[in-house]
Amino acid sequence: MIKIRGLKKRFGTNEVLKGIDLDVKKGEVLSVIGASGSGKSTLLYCINGLEPIQDGYIEVDDTRVHDRNTNVNLLRQKLGMVFQQWNSFPHLTALENVALAPRIVRKKSKREAQEIAKKQLSHVGLGDKLDAYPNSLSGGQQQRLAIARALAMEPEYMLFDEATSALDPELVGEVLDTMRLLADEGMTMICVTHEMGFAKDVSDRVAYFHQGILEEVGPPSQIFGNPTSEHTKKFLSKTR
Amino acid sequence: MEQVFFTGLQWSDAWFLVEAAQKSLWISVLSISVGTVLGIIFGWVLHEGRWIAAGTLGTVLDAFRSIPLIIQLVLFFNFFPIIGFPLDPFQAGTIVLALYTSALVANVARGGIESVGEPMQRAARSLGMSYWQNLRHVVWPIGLRSVLPSWIGVVLGVVKDSALVSVLGYVELLRASQILITRTQEPFAILAIVGVFYFLISFPIGRIGKRLEGKWSS
Repeated sequence: MIKIRGLKKRFGTNEVLKGIDLDVKKGEVLSVIGASGSGKSTLLYCINGLEPIQDGYIEVDDTRVHDRNTNVNLLRQKLGMVFQQWNSFPHLTALENVALAPRIVRKKSKREAQEIAKKQLSHVGLGDKLDAYPNSLSGGQQQRLAIARALAMEPEYMLFDEATSALDPELVGEVLDTMRLLADEGMTMICVTHEMGFAKDVSDRVAYFHQGILEEVGPPSQIFGNPTSEHTKKFLSKTR
Repeated sequence: MEQVFFTGLQWSDAWFLVEAAQKSLWISVLSISVGTVLGIIFGWVLHEGRWIAAGTLGTVLDAFRSIPLIIQLVLFFNFFPIIGFPLDPFQAGTIVLALYTSALVANVARGGIESVGEPMQRAARSLGMSYWQNLRHVVWPIGLRSVLPSWIGVVLGVVKDSALVSVLGYVELLRASQILITRTQEPFAILAIVGVFYFLISFPIGRIGKRLEGKWSS
């Protein structure tokens, strides 16, 4: 379980997260929606320990992410992350992209790491692209490669930071399908997204962020059907 | 009997030049290797840049880059005997060339590190890689590929600049050619031959670089 309490995050004097309380249970799929600059992406970076925080805390399975004694490299193995930009390693084939971290971080043998990589690449539908270099793959394929790369660490949570925002419209579907697949398999997921259809259909709960505040959180039926907050109503009326 | 000052080129002169070419090659290889390793470390420090050291180091490296090499060589060669460590021309030449190379490589290396970009490194770290694993397995190979052409440029420059070590009296190619020219009074032929030697040293380096680039870009 991910437990967030009183989380505050500033960039300089600009406070982007103004005291967030949020729980994400095992097996849950949470979609995080909101306007650009509402702090939703920053939240993911904080959960992963990629950004320091100024106040409050984040616990992942009772381990405090920002505690000085926490081995954040070890913790991140539990937290797979997929970014807006897929960031494939350009000098490695698809197979090597996925096998690298299992080999050097989890100290698997080369063969074992490649077995894991093959499995995860087939999982995301890239079983026929093992030897392809990223520059010969489409954006959607590279993003699925990034998902496979994160899955190869056998994480317990997956964090998606606007995973489809940088993609051409016709490539969005294949990535969303892969995310749906993971959700169906019971993966715990936090998805920062602008895809309202995905948020509505796939998530167990939806969180709406407004100017650094968690304005409203609840099941999709509530957020999309009967939002209590004026800000939420306004935001959703604009996105439809 | 008339004394002979000038004699024509002989076969033994060819060996003299080959030996000199070996010396040119050796001092280049040595100073480029040491200079590259130092330069990568310096480049990393410049990139990390948090410490006051980065400011100081940057200035020192700028000095090495901007002061003409010939002045550095003469200064250095004459400075060490003063503080009680006389160096022979080869040692002094190698040290100065290595430092000069390191100053050039430092900026290339920093450019290489910075070409990799924050998002890529975050992706690597998010997979649980440590700072050093990210540096070794992601930043290094990607950065190396992007700056290889610049590094080859530095190497070719240093090979040619190694000729300046001749001012210290180290008998490398240029110095050897001057000796032969004085004796034979045939500057055209000798300089042409020496030019060919430099070409033979540099040409393969450029070709290897091109081949690597080609291999990596495919």
